[in-house]
Amino acid sequence: MLGKLRRLNQAVSEIALKESERLPSNERRRFLRSGLFTAGGAMVGGALGGLSPRLGAAQTQYPPEIPSWTRSLGAGVVSDPYGVPSPFEKDVIRRNVPWLTADKVSSISFSPLQHLKGIITPNGLFFERHHAGRPEIDPQQHRLMIHGLVERPIVLSMEDLQRFPSVSQINFIECPANGGMEWRGAQLNSLQFLHGMVSCAEWTGVRLSTLLQEVGMKPEGKWLLAEGADGAAMTRSIPMEKALDDVIVAFAQNGEALRREQGYPIRLVVPGWEGNTHVKWLRRLEVGDKPWMQREETSKYTDLMPDGTAHGFTWVMEAKSVITSPCPEMPVRGKGVCQIEGLAWSGRGKVKAVDVSVDGGRNWQQAQLREPVMSKSLTRFSLEWNWDGSPALLQSRVIDETGYVQPTLGQLKAVRGTNSIYHKNAIQTWQISGDGSVTNVQL
Amino acid sequence: MFSFDKSSRSISGLCSGLMFAVLPAFALAESAGHYGYGSPATEEQIQAWDIDIRPDGQGLPEGSGSVEEGMGIYETYCSSCHGAFGEGMGRYPKLSGGEGSLTEDRPEKTIGSYWPYASTLWDYIHRAMPFFAPQSLTDDQVYALTAYVLNLNYIVDGDFVANKDTLPQVKMPNEDGFIWEDPRPEVTNVRCMEDCKDEVTVSDSAADKNLTPSTTGPLDEGLTE
Repeated sequence: MLGKLRRLNQAVSEIALKESERLPSNERRRFLRSGLFTAGGAMVGGALGGLSPRLGAAQTQYPPEIPSWTRSLGAGVVSDPYGVPSPFEKDVIRRNVPWLTADKVSSISFSPLQHLKGIITPNGLFFERHHAGRPEIDPQQHRLMIHGLVERPIVLSMEDLQRFPSVSQINFIECPANGGMEWRGAQLNSLQFLHGMVSCAEWTGVRLSTLLQEVGMKPEGKWLLAEGADGAAMTRSIPMEKALDDVIVAFAQNGEALRREQGYPIRLVVPGWEGNTHVKWLRRLEVGDKPWMQREETSKYTDLMPDGTAHGFTWVMEAKSVITSPCPEMPVRGKGVCQIEGLAWSGRGKVKAVDVSVDGGRNWQQAQLREPVMSKSLTRFSLEWNWDGSPALLQSRVIDETGYVQPTLGQLKAVRGTNSIYHKNAIQTWQISGDGSVTNVQL
Repeated sequence: MFSFDKSSRSISGLCSGLMFAVLPAFALAESAGHYGYGSPATEEQIQAWDIDIRPDGQGLPEGSGSVEEGMGIYETYCSSCHGAFGEGMGRYPKLSGGEGSLTEDRPEKTIGSYWPYASTLWDYIHRAMPFFAPQSLTDDQVYALTAYVLNLNYIVDGDFVANKDTLPQVKMPNEDGFIWEDPRPEVTNVRCMEDCKDEVTVSDSAADKNLTPSTTGPLDEGLTE
C-alpha cells in the first residue's frame, strides 16, 4: 500500500515537473525553487495551486488557456478543518465607522450587504452590536435562570436547554439605529454603512412558551425581563403576549452553534422586533407584572419627537427595503440590461410587494419577489431594467402584508423630525450618473 | 395551545387520563414541570442574580449613600469618561445639562433632561458601571453615586441620602415626557404607480462629504469626523 502511494507520488511529481515547463519562466523558477515537488507528490497540488493567485496580470487563465488549477491537484480535505472563504473574497467583511462610537467595545459593525446573495447572512458576516464587548463564555459554566412570578423557578444548563423540543425559523434582526445617521442629510456613500445593521439567519432554539409552561407562569405575569451575561448585563422588558407568541431562546444559527458575536451560547430571538430586544448571552428570564424601565428602554431606544415628547416601547421594525445592486459599492456596469436587486423586510409579517422607480418616485413598476417569502425574514426582489446611459434616480418601496407602504424620507421627517435617531425606514434613493457610478442622495 | 392556570392544567390532566405517558408529569406538577429538566433555582441563586430595579423601588437593596460620599467615588471611577461635572468626554455620554433642550435643533438627552426614572440610574450603575469594571461597586457606593449624579442635575439637594425608601420618591423632570404606547404606523404613504409627483429635486448628496470609511481592503481606522 505504502509502495503504491510512493509510486503514485512519483508519477504526480513527474507530471507536475513537466507541467511546470508550460509555466512562464519566472513562475517555473519559483516553482522549482520551492522544492516542494521533491518532498513528495502529495505536496505538488498545493504548490501549483498556490501559484495561481501570484500569476501576473499578463498571464491569463481563461480560454484559450488551460488554467493551472485544472492541471494540478488541489488542497486535500481538512486543509481547512473549519472552512473559510477564498482569499479572493478578503474584502467581504464586516466594517465599522470609527467616528460613530467612543470605542469598539460599545459599538456596531455593518454587514456587507453589497456582496450578499439570497436572504441568509453568513454567520461570519452577521452585523454586530455589543454594549460592553463580546464576552468569551464557557457553555459548561453558563446557566439560564427562569424565575419571578412562576411556580417553579429553575436553573438550566446548556445541555438541559437542548433537551427541550426545538424549532427553527428564519428571521431578520435589525438594529433600530440602522440608517440613523441620515436624518439630517445624506452623509455616507455606501450600502454597507447606510443599511448594514440588518442580517438574517435560520435560528434554532426552544420556544419561550415551552419554557414558561415548564416553570408554570402565574396569571399576574404580564412582562418578561431578559438579561444578558455580558459586561452590560443588557436588559429589555418584553410583554408576555409577544413572549408567548413567537420568541425563542436560540442556541444555533444557520445550522451551527451561535457565533460569540451573536450571543454564544444562547440568545433571545424576538422576530420582527428591534435588535436590542434579542438579548445575547442570555442568562436570566424574570416574569413580572410591570415593565422594568431599564436604561436600554428609557435613556436609549426611545424616539424623541419634534414636540419634545418621546415614544417608548417602539419595538416593531416597520417595513423597509433597499436596492442592493446597483449601489455605491456596485456601480452599473454599462448600458443595456441591468438586473436591479434588493432586499425587503417587515417586522409585522410578510412582504406583499416591492415597487421600483428609476425616476425618483414619479413612476413605479412592481418588482418580482424571489422565493421564499417568509414572515419577518429578509425577502429578495429583482427587476430587469434597460439602462440607456442617462442619469437616473433609483428607489424601492415595500408594501407588507398589513398594507403598510414604506414612506418617503419627507413623510417620515414631517412626523418624526430629525432627532428620533431610531426607526428610519424611509425609501432610499440612489443617484445613477452617466458613467454608471452610484451616489446616496436625498430628495 | 398553552394554558397556565392551575385549574385548567388539572382538567387537561383528567382529559388525557388515557394517555399514560402524560400522567406521571402531572403527578409531579408541583415539584417539576412536564419535562423536569434542570434544577430548581435556590433562593440564594435567585438573590445573587436578580439585580433588576423597578421604578416603584422593587429590587432596591438595603444600604444608603449621600451626595457627598458620591463625589469622591465619581471622581475616582466616572469623571475620566463622563467629565468632572457630568459634561461628557468625547463620545462618552453626557450625564447632566440639556434641560429644556428636547425641542431644540440639537437636543441634549441627559439624565436630568431625558431619563424618566431615578431607579434606572441605580440599576444601570450597578449592572454596567464603571464601564471597565461592571458590577464591582458596593450597594452603598451605587446609592452614593446615584445621589451624586441626581445632584449634578439639580434633582436632589446636596444633603440627599439615597436608600430604598428615598430613591423611589424622586420624580425625574422628564417622567411625563414619555408615551409608552407605540403610535405607529404614524406615517401613511400611498401606493401610487404613475405620475406620482410633478418634479424631483435632489436636496442633498453624500458625494464629496468624506465621511465614508473604505469598503474595500483592510478595516479603515483612520477616518475621523
